[in-house]
Amino acid sequence: MKGDKLNGWIFIMPAVIIIGIFCIFASVFAVYMSFNKVNMFTGTYTFVGFENYARLFSDPKVGIAFKNALSFAVVVVPIQTFLAMLMANVLNSKIKFKKGLRIVYFLPTLTSSSALTLIFMFMFSVTGPINGLLTSVGVITEPINFLNDSAFALKVIMCMNIWSTVPVFMTIYLAALADIPKSVYEAADIDGAGAIKQFFKITIPQLRNVTSYVVLVGIIGTLQMFDQAFIFSNGSGGPENSTLTPALLVYNNAFGTMNTMGYASSIAISLSLMIFMAAMVSNKLTKANKGVDE
Amino acid sequence: MKDKILKVVLYTIVFGYAIFTLFPFVWAVAASFKPVSEIVGGNLSIIPENPTLDAYKSLLVENNMFWRWLLNSFFISGVATVCNVLFNTMAGYSLARIHFRGKNLVANLIIATITIPGQVLLIPNYVIVTQMGLNNTYTAVILLSAINASYIIMMRQFFINFPREVEEAGQIDGLSRFGIFFRLSFPIAKPAIATQSLFIFMGVWNEFLKTKLYLSSPDKYTITVGLQALSQSQGDSVPWDLVMASSVMSIVPMIILYIILNRYFLEGVRIGGDK
Repeated sequence: MKGDKLNGWIFIMPAVIIIGIFCIFASVFAVYMSFNKVNMFTGTYTFVGFENYARLFSDPKVGIAFKNALSFAVVVVPIQTFLAMLMANVLNSKIKFKKGLRIVYFLPTLTSSSALTLIFMFMFSVTGPINGLLTSVGVITEPINFLNDSAFALKVIMCMNIWSTVPVFMTIYLAALADIPKSVYEAADIDGAGAIKQFFKITIPQLRNVTSYVVLVGIIGTLQMFDQAFIFSNGSGGPENSTLTPALLVYNNAFGTMNTMGYASSIAISLSLMIFMAAMVSNKLTKANKGVDE
Repeated sequence: MKDKILKVVLYTIVFGYAIFTLFPFVWAVAASFKPVSEIVGGNLSIIPENPTLDAYKSLLVENNMFWRWLLNSFFISGVATVCNVLFNTMAGYSLARIHFRGKNLVANLIIATITIPGQVLLIPNYVIVTQMGLNNTYTAVILLSAINASYIIMMRQFFINFPREVEEAGQIDGLSRFGIFFRLSFPIAKPAIATQSLFIFMGVWNEFLKTKLYLSSPDKYTITVGLQALSQSQGDSVPWDLVMASSVMSIVPMIILYIILNRYFLEGVRIGGDK
């Protein structure tokens, strides 16, 4: 069409400008900042080489934050993946009330992280329903201060995260289950394989690609956890740094009173390197598994 | 016999999980109708002993900020959604249908940006927004949410899979590229656009980090940031009745959207799964 070369650029211009500035330029800028001492008040940048990165190793908070994020991922990802797969398979069987159940299951996905976190904080507060239930059935005698006890705080966020992320992954599994050809199951029926055998021999292998996707998204999501930890601790990462995550550390170093934006950038870059590595490892593992089975 | 046991197990799991999901919501709704004294009194009954509308009255009548926060959320989410629908769809269309120099490079760059974690962009974008003098403006949040690379790719896929005949007919009728796009292609893409707008709206409505960072004066807060501010408003003692009532109200618009547009929701999760 006449003048179409220009039209192509005109159509894509808004996207190019915004992505160009706020994604591509910003990424380069982030790397640049991580090699500088940035004074936000005066707007001066002083090149310091790897000083910010060296500081990561001497800052005890960094170790704590990364350890928290890793244990968070290690606990949350397997449980959420298992529950999502289980619930999708159950929902996919011949049961009634499917539509209503789906609406109920989807509620956490519709809810903002701030409302979710506040609701869970209420549930686990000293006078809240969880403590009430536990005392009334005699599991505990004194209410537990879940929110201010460093032994429990991160575990509460883990529960909340599992509870709120299962529905999305369940829906992804449901879509994948619909794509498994019925003939595969019919053939297994003829061969006399029972429901449980079919589940392990057909369903799980057929869902392998989806599972690796779900695990990958789960890892990326858990390592970047911010909202819940921020609201839970009002930004401090407390009690006793037990809810401190790398993302929270980035935020506090960049926008707190410390004026350490360059250092914060180096934490952010390190976090993303870790996410890339975790993604590669999980990809490799799925591929290796495939090689063994087939 | 075996079938019966299986049925019992299945129904136990689905209803057990439904209760597990609903449990916190039911308590939140219940608490929003209780006086504070009853909430912190450790009362185990879900049904309020002295039901009251005080929390809702306080939020909707006495606290003039709450309406403001809801309105801010609607405004920011609405404008961001319109920007996304227009820009993502145009970009996706351009990549799918128009031949121009540098197209492949642009497409690959857009795909590559999907993998950049948000934390990396957080600090430089704050500096850029500050340099532009946009701190504490709605524009800052809208600008940073105005484009979504995943949906550009989704729209490109949609137009690639869509037959060209209608557009060719439009071309014969003498329509320009803009005419073809806005009169023919855009209306055809309605289902994909519905899914896209729904998820963008929900994402911006529920956004916390950006709104917290960029909107610093209370009259500019969105509902998510307002909720958090409300929970901190009385120091160490959280006003649970107000916080639960406002949490409940922040979810209601999303539930209404979900029920009306249910089929687009499922479609959207599926698209997310293909990313």
